[in-house]
Amino acid sequence: MWKWLHPYAKPERAYQLCVTLQPYFLWPGILCLLVGSLWGLAFAPQDYQQGDSFRIIYIHVPSAILSMSTYVAMAVAALVGIVWQWRTAFMAMIAMAPVGAVITFIALFTGAAWGKPMWGTWWVWDARLTSELILLFLYLGVIALYGAFEDKQQAGKAAGVMALVGVVNVPIIHYSVEWWNTLHQGATISKFDKPSIAPEMLWPLLIALLGLALFIAAVTVMRMKNEIIRREYHRPWVKDLAARALGDDHAV
Amino acid sequence: MNTLINGIFKRDMALAFRQRSELAQPLMFLLMVITLFPLGIGPGPVTLQKIGPGVIWIAAILSSLLAMERLFRDDFWDGSLEQYMLSGQSVAAIAAIKVLVHWLVSFLPLVLFSPLLALFLNLTVDMYVALMLTLVLGTPLLSLVGAIAVGLTVGLQRGGVLLALLLIPVFIPLLIFATSAVDSAALQLPYRAQLAIIGAMLMLAMATAPFAIAYALKVSQN
Amino acid sequence: MQFDSLQAFFAMGGYALYVWLSFGVSLLALVWVVADSASAHKKLLRNAREEQARQSRIAAARKAQTVQSESEQTGS
Repeated sequence: MWKWLHPYAKPERAYQLCVTLQPYFLWPGILCLLVGSLWGLAFAPQDYQQGDSFRIIYIHVPSAILSMSTYVAMAVAALVGIVWQWRTAFMAMIAMAPVGAVITFIALFTGAAWGKPMWGTWWVWDARLTSELILLFLYLGVIALYGAFEDKQQAGKAAGVMALVGVVNVPIIHYSVEWWNTLHQGATISKFDKPSIAPEMLWPLLIALLGLALFIAAVTVMRMKNEIIRREYHRPWVKDLAARALGDDHAV
Repeated sequence: MNTLINGIFKRDMALAFRQRSELAQPLMFLLMVITLFPLGIGPGPVTLQKIGPGVIWIAAILSSLLAMERLFRDDFWDGSLEQYMLSGQSVAAIAAIKVLVHWLVSFLPLVLFSPLLALFLNLTVDMYVALMLTLVLGTPLLSLVGAIAVGLTVGLQRGGVLLALLLIPVFIPLLIFATSAVDSAALQLPYRAQLAIIGAMLMLAMATAPFAIAYALKVSQN
Repeated sequence: MQFDSLQAFFAMGGYALYVWLSFGVSLLALVWVVADSASAHKKLLRNAREEQARQSRIAAARKAQTVQSESEQTGS
């Protein structure tokens, strides 16, 4: 496996891999997102308690789940980078941070917009909302630390350490429901043996979840390409790439 | 190995006590922040008792953030950190000893100070005992985890605010469990569970933080 | 289709504001993150090309200078 994996530690090969993967993530991701949200918005049955407001679930739950998984993925990438000295792993990590922050913001925003009709206020200091907010702070901290360094090599390592420190908080976020019982409803789709959601409602949710996951992967790959270019500025292959991508209109 | 560790311990203690004013400033800051709360919220004894544990812990975290930067700053800029790294000794052990010194000079006085704070905020004796226990278990955690971020930001020119941005979210679980322990004590409920969780976090930090600090210092030293 | 008419669909059973606000803001955020990544990509490539053009200009100038000074030396 190492023989197969090792070439991708080289930036140029990693860049090629990103270019190959991007369309396979982006377009199916957008398609699944569209199908999932349209199905959820128009065709899923109404919730007998919450009426049509429950349809926010089709964006809220996928973003809430994936905001945490993206952070864990970031920490795994950081660990790989630190243990095996992979420069590309740090690039993958920092590529995930902004998209993770955006997904966390979406989870928070939709949570607030769902809370208003259900709980009567935009914001409650409920355990899961609060931990989601902390997660957003953790993302912003990693991004800020990365931005503070001139040397991006050093910045990647530093941000990686911070991501690993923050990941200790993710289990606390996940189990916070049990730790501080508050008015947030229990987890909806993690209990597969006895689902508390009708299958007609569940399917579009799973499709939206898959779509958002693919979308995050696509953006990660896009941003990773940027990171690779940023660090390989002076290499000839970047020059060729720029010439090909921008056209040789005023070539040197 | 032992002579170096001993030497660093003695040197850092001597340095800390020679800069007494710098040592006392965070404590004065803590005292003043605590004073602001009764002035801002009102001196009602019931209110103060209700917010007291949270106020003391928040003030402790904020004042620790102010003092935290000192942990590696001087050693970094005068080059002794580089010498430690070149000495061939375990950087993790050196980091651990520096964190210990930092705890002794900046948090131990705070723990000793806490009866006064408890008095100011009208805490009962039960609450005070719980507060003391959470401070004893929690402040080493602040030092250990804080040192990682200090190690990362020590090379940056303006790392102060960034340090706070990095650390405040990480300290939130500690704040929650510590204040919930004191609140339970106020209601005469057992609070061993919260203490156990803080203790577990401390054990985890003690086992892993020195290595993380060593790595962070290496990254900063580049 | 769960709704009788298009109006009913847009009204979302009285929760139109919250539902459409959520979906609208999410869509905007997702579009923004893709657009930001794509525009950064363009900008980086452009910068890379300019930087390398500058480097080659510097190299060319240096070469010209050494040639000149060499010719001066041989001339004197």
